[in-house]
Amino acid sequence: MAEQRKAVALISGGLDSMLAAKVIMEQGIHVEGINFFTGFCVEGHTHAIREKDRAKPKRNNALWVAEQLGIKLHIIDVIEEYKDVLLNPKHGYGANLNPCLDCKVFMVRKALAWGFMEENGFDFIITGEVIGQRPMSQRKDTMPVIARESGADDRLLRPLCAKNLPPTLPEKEGWINREGLYDFNGRTRKPQIQLAESFGFSDWAQPAGGCCFLTDPQYSAKLTDLWKAHGHRDYELDDIVLLKIGRHIRPAPNFKLIVGREEGENNYLEGYRKQFISLHPVSHRGPLCLIDGTPNAEDIHLAARIVARYSQGKTATQVCVAVQQPGSVAEEMSVVPLPAAELSENWHVSA
Amino acid sequence: MSRLETLDTRGLLCPLPVIRTQDKIKTLAAGMLLDVFATDPGTLHDIPAWCRVHGHELVETEREGRDIRIRVRVCK
Repeated sequence: MAEQRKAVALISGGLDSMLAAKVIMEQGIHVEGINFFTGFCVEGHTHAIREKDRAKPKRNNALWVAEQLGIKLHIIDVIEEYKDVLLNPKHGYGANLNPCLDCKVFMVRKALAWGFMEENGFDFIITGEVIGQRPMSQRKDTMPVIARESGADDRLLRPLCAKNLPPTLPEKEGWINREGLYDFNGRTRKPQIQLAESFGFSDWAQPAGGCCFLTDPQYSAKLTDLWKAHGHRDYELDDIVLLKIGRHIRPAPNFKLIVGREEGENNYLEGYRKQFISLHPVSHRGPLCLIDGTPNAEDIHLAARIVARYSQGKTATQVCVAVQQPGSVAEEMSVVPLPAAELSENWHVSA
Repeated sequence: MSRLETLDTRGLLCPLPVIRTQDKIKTLAAGMLLDVFATDPGTLHDIPAWCRVHGHELVETEREGRDIRIRVRVCK
């Protein structure tokens, strides 16, 4: 009896990678999934924070896909290693701070290293890439770049568009029948939806703007602002998580306010009060605010007025705001809420 | 009685508690119990899903305020 071959599938949680894995499973290959957590994944984080997201299904889509397929899923923390991909992308950025091509090379290389470890013993790698689907990483001319630079070469199989590409090792070796693969091309989703229906799939994740915050112009603007303010292009996980939360208001280069927009965000920001100066109104209901940077007394007074402006006392003559330095007792100050007209549009950190 | 190990993921947001659970379980023998302590409500969904996918047994979940405890029995 022929040895059962093993493929490791990059599973994002979206439809294409789900279909790619299923197509290969249908050919009798043992498939396991791998998913990388960069810190910028839209998966996770946000559903735990925002109240408005709590009505959405609290599922990790990659895990959900694995369950639908009946395969194992290995989730790998690549937060530290990913910094070099984002900070020094050999192939540059897309429309925002998205280093899509370098990212895909990195992920295939990581999957290769993981899958080909002796204890794991996989034979090839599969992805849900489709030629023409994405403007940077999924083009006919960039697909060979990913295969070459990742080191996967012909051990990288894209089942959804394989017929538009040269045969790969699993096809040449007869592990996979090329006729059972597909020739999808371009941005249309119709072939994928038809294939999903043929497999009996009726539900799949369709994240607007993809699965990465780096493709989001607002998020990219906040990250650029963070690097400018810190004076160097680097980050820690807390930095990039906080960019997903609250209003970010920078009245001056030396400090920025992160103002909770709702109870869920306020609760989450609570966890950072030991690291940042924090403010919250005490005479009225209102948001929790963190200050990132090195504000002077005048800056903190302005911050308190901004916090008051976002409280239920925004039309009151005075609002009492508690200001707490990390590790100190809170001090209260009474301020006049900043009128909307004085809150410059330019202070809002956004694209 | 099964040996019990603990894992503190409080303050971490998903998928990090899942990743820490996955990495911890790799070091444990079949039959051992693991108590995962967490604060992210997403763990109540994600860790049981991860257990189902990998064939480990979800023994019980407990939530008191923001504090969550998830007990898993390692099956290999």
